[in-house]
Amino acid sequence: MSSIAEKLYTIRYKVDENSHLVIKDQEVCLHCVTKECQDFCPADVYHWVEKEQMTSVAFENCIECGTCRIGCPTYNIQWVYPKGGHGITYKFG
Amino acid sequence: MATEHFDAIVVGAGPAGSAAAYTMAKAGLSVVLIERGEFPGAKNIFGGVIYRKQLEDIIPEFWKEAPLEREVVEQRLWLLGDQSVVTLGHRNEAFKDPNNCWTGLRVKFDQWFASKAEQAGALNIYETVVTELIREGNKVVGVRTDREEGDLYANVVVVADGVNSLLGKSLGVHREWQPDEVSLAVKEVIAMPKEKIMDRFNLEGNEGVTIEFVGNTLGMAGLGFLYTNQDTLSFGVGVMVSDLKKKRVKPYELLESVKQHPMLRRLLQGGETKEYAGHLIPEGGYHSIPPLSGDGWVICGDAAQLVNFVHREGTNLAMTSGRFAAEAIIQAHTKGDFSRVGLSLYDRLVRESFVHKDLKKYKGLHNFLRDSDPTLMFDKLPRALNDAAYQMLLVDGVPKAEKQRMAMRGITDAAGGLMNLVKLGAQGWRAMNG
Repeated sequence: MSSIAEKLYTIRYKVDENSHLVIKDQEVCLHCVTKECQDFCPADVYHWVEKEQMTSVAFENCIECGTCRIGCPTYNIQWVYPKGGHGITYKFG
Repeated sequence: MATEHFDAIVVGAGPAGSAAAYTMAKAGLSVVLIERGEFPGAKNIFGGVIYRKQLEDIIPEFWKEAPLEREVVEQRLWLLGDQSVVTLGHRNEAFKDPNNCWTGLRVKFDQWFASKAEQAGALNIYETVVTELIREGNKVVGVRTDREEGDLYANVVVVADGVNSLLGKSLGVHREWQPDEVSLAVKEVIAMPKEKIMDRFNLEGNEGVTIEFVGNTLGMAGLGFLYTNQDTLSFGVGVMVSDLKKKRVKPYELLESVKQHPMLRRLLQGGETKEYAGHLIPEGGYHSIPPLSGDGWVICGDAAQLVNFVHREGTNLAMTSGRFAAEAIIQAHTKGDFSRVGLSLYDRLVRESFVHKDLKKYKGLHNFLRDSDPTLMFDKLPRALNDAAYQMLLVDGVPKAEKQRMAMRGITDAAGGLMNLVKLGAQGWRAMNG
């Protein structure tokens, strides 16, 4: 049984300095009841940080599937592709 | 780069984009093929089946050079219970020579296909994101990229930017997909020695097998798959995003839980996971297909929701739509008319082909699945079927007539009564034969 960290470790990433995923309004996350992005993301990108009252975005884990773009109940995620040549590169596909 | 003008710009070097670029370049058009990944295929995954007919229509005898995995001679469908399975399947020597389909891996395949376009004369540009379409009035006249001075101009832009199709959305031709119009598939490529694969799956030489399975997706609408490659297995599971949202299940945990099913565990054990991947599959079907062309643009493949999820066909529909788009553009080029009317041949070719006809056949299925209880179709019924098979085959002194009654009752109870089962069957039949 492999963990998500081990799974993501199998993918080659070229990480951009800037996030291609931006929470449009953290206030909206604060009032979001389900915070379901924490569950449906296949790469554990989103995490609600109770202490800071904000959604943290581990964009460097992103596998660019687009589920959060469609899945966020308030469409609160600004989603674009990573800069050309950046992000994931699969070996098999 | 800023002042260059091409006959056509193709956005996305997947099966649709490469098919379009290849066909146009071969006809002598000046074509640029833009891909955001380090190389074509860098960002792409699929379950893994490549069909012969539609690629053969573009490149005859492609199998002599294309990087393919195994020749599929057998397709199995498994209906899973908790620790049981009811199996269906078909194996036939007639699927060989010429092969019906192959398993494949996209990193190798997409690079090969895009290289064919390049050899035919297309200018391939990688590591470049198209950020927007450049328009003059209603007409698309080029693309803006994330390169410096990266504007490119052309008579037509082929939008083949995949399932998320940000460009399609910017055109306003389709609204945002709803969570019930896409499935999220997560997949692993698992390494295993050739001999072990051949023994476990009953294969000789380069033969391959595909297994799809229903059930055990925690009551979500979805399908799992296990395909044999040369010395790897492609294993994954896809579920409707709307169900994933409701169930609050982590996709990779679903993948791990399915792996533990006794039937699958035995086939996978000893293998080593080489890659984890995830991708959306457009599953809106017929009613989600946007307008396919307009002034100065056409849209192909996943970006246009051209996927037949009932038969897990996608890359072949993408390739055919790319070829049709190219043929329409070649005609428009001859006439010098790149307006919606000038490009309408594309819409007509798609409409007259299996692409449109197959999606039309299943046009009711999306609403059927959306409106029916996923736990019934994807959990209770497969489970009841397994229980029925178990009861019928268990020799325990209970008379067969009694067993048959119990088995039937189990299935009708799962559906909420005989009337509901009949209704479900009728609705399902209509949805699949629209």
